[in-house]
Amino acid sequence: MKFFTLVWAGLKRKKLRTSLTLLSVFVAFLLFGLLCAIKEAFTAGVSLAGADRLIVRHKVSLIMNLPESYRARIEKIPGVAAVLSFTWFNGVYQNEPRNFFGSFPVSDPAKFFQIYPEYLLPEDQLEAWLKTRTGAIVGRTLAERFGWKIGDRIPLTSPIWPRKNGGAWEFDVVGIYDGAKKGTDTSGFYFRYDYFDEGRARGEGLVGWYGVKIEDPDHAAEVAAAIDAEFANSPYETKSEPEGAFIQGFAQQIGDIGTILIAILSAVFFTILLVAGNTMAQSVRERTEELGVLKAMGFSNGLVLTIVLLESCLLTALGGLTGLGAAWLIAARGSPVPNMLPVFYLPLQYVGIGVGLVLALGLVAGIVPALQAMRLQIAVALRRNA
Amino acid sequence: MTANNGTLVRVQGVDKIFRRGSEEIHVLKGLNLEVPKGEFLALMGPSGSGKSTLLNLIGGLDRPTRGVVEIGGERIDQMSDRELAAWRSRHVGLVFQFYNLLPVLNAHRNVELPLLLTHLTKAERSKHVDTALKVVGLSHRARHYPRTLSGGEQQRVGIARAIVTDPTLLLCDEPTGDLDRKSGDEVLSLLQALSREHGKTIIMVTHDPHASARATRTLHLDKGQLTDEPVK
Repeated sequence: MKFFTLVWAGLKRKKLRTSLTLLSVFVAFLLFGLLCAIKEAFTAGVSLAGADRLIVRHKVSLIMNLPESYRARIEKIPGVAAVLSFTWFNGVYQNEPRNFFGSFPVSDPAKFFQIYPEYLLPEDQLEAWLKTRTGAIVGRTLAERFGWKIGDRIPLTSPIWPRKNGGAWEFDVVGIYDGAKKGTDTSGFYFRYDYFDEGRARGEGLVGWYGVKIEDPDHAAEVAAAIDAEFANSPYETKSEPEGAFIQGFAQQIGDIGTILIAILSAVFFTILLVAGNTMAQSVRERTEELGVLKAMGFSNGLVLTIVLLESCLLTALGGLTGLGAAWLIAARGSPVPNMLPVFYLPLQYVGIGVGLVLALGLVAGIVPALQAMRLQIAVALRRNA
Repeated sequence: MTANNGTLVRVQGVDKIFRRGSEEIHVLKGLNLEVPKGEFLALMGPSGSGKSTLLNLIGGLDRPTRGVVEIGGERIDQMSDRELAAWRSRHVGLVFQFYNLLPVLNAHRNVELPLLLTHLTKAERSKHVDTALKVVGLSHRARHYPRTLSGGEQQRVGIARAIVTDPTLLLCDEPTGDLDRKSGDEVLSLLQALSREHGKTIIMVTHDPHASARATRTLHLDKGQLTDEPVK
């Protein structure tokens, strides 16, 4: 700690250069934090996906529907605990395309919270949903986004599913659910299938996909195979897979987010390594005589090495930790595009990786100048001034 | 820290050869020197005669090619880099021609630097720094940065930094070389006082006969050898 003044003084020497380097490191780690939040937004569902859940969809494509009658047949397959159908409704609020969010008719509301225990809804609100045909339950994030509360009547239009009478669909908010874990998506809008099926202008009796809870996650592959076998050679063949694999496949329609992230960050960090390394190299070169004087006073080679490395680490820590902090604050304010990325936060594990990268960047950027400073011969260093 | 006969510095049969490519430059040749404790010795000689090289060897900043360098009975030419660094921090104070203060630290912090290598607390270090600055008459300039100090003041800060650990040996390389006559006289008076009143052993390299006149003994270096007579 007593050497901190010396380390800090090294950074203050060229304030403009230090500030610009700090800014570079800050931007790099801000980018790192935000990209990690985006990656999490795309993959959060995978990590939170229930190991005991399968998704059953049309074998050809997710956009092709399945008969609702499959629900009863799936329920009878050994190993299946509960089944629920979903359909992509594509609801838009107030006819404003920006006011778009995930909205789904659910075939059996009573089983919804049995299959998805990560959603929490008070008992009385569940009762109200079961009793109200036009009832809808809304995630906390979505409710806050539009200022909805229980009792509100919400008109939605759907470009996919117009009503028979041509007007807007109307729903009564009967419950607001929360997430049991951080990262649980609470931006959904769920309503009753019976109300939806009776009201839609076309596609009666069809659903988008099934969510299936199985009794034993160890037998997921066997149950999935049994479901697909049940509907083999029918007009609506199915593809069953674990929920995590389904979500991952969905995210990868956009691209391999992880690979894209690593490619961008590798380029950014390589550049920052050069910037920080160059700053440290210049700083040490300019101080050759001073380092010689310190060694002449009795500062050992190891101590000089440590001081230069600490200076490098302090430089990256100031910029990097501030950048990570800023990313965390931005992410904490919520998703900038809630309709596209409803789950948006910076998980602690990425903050930990960021801190590790800060330290690694400081060490790698500083090691060559530090070794040069360590190997500096006192007599040679002092002669430079003469 | 003296040998039994009162000699603090003993240099015996020292050679120093620098290599520049394939060329060998023999700077010191079988040089012998003894400096008693408390002496204020001036080393004179033309440029390139090896004055600073000899000072570096005595201060443990460099190693002889051959020969013995013994300070207070300790063979410093045989010490490892680590031992030598620790030895320097305890026994040597250095004063440079161009002061070599750290521009980003104020006078107080500059003087404190050698004390960072000790186990003293912050308060103890501060007390030592105050004392050293008082000795050189710069207590009132403790919070000033080098760029706001005159050359003479900077050199006095340099002297305060050299004496703050109360070293056995004070090595001064052209301490007045970058100063005007008045400032140079002040610095020389200070060195004289440190020798007379505080018993410091001082070895000063200088070109200036006026400066060497303040020393208790003057030796001349020529062609790698010491003589009592000025080089003609």
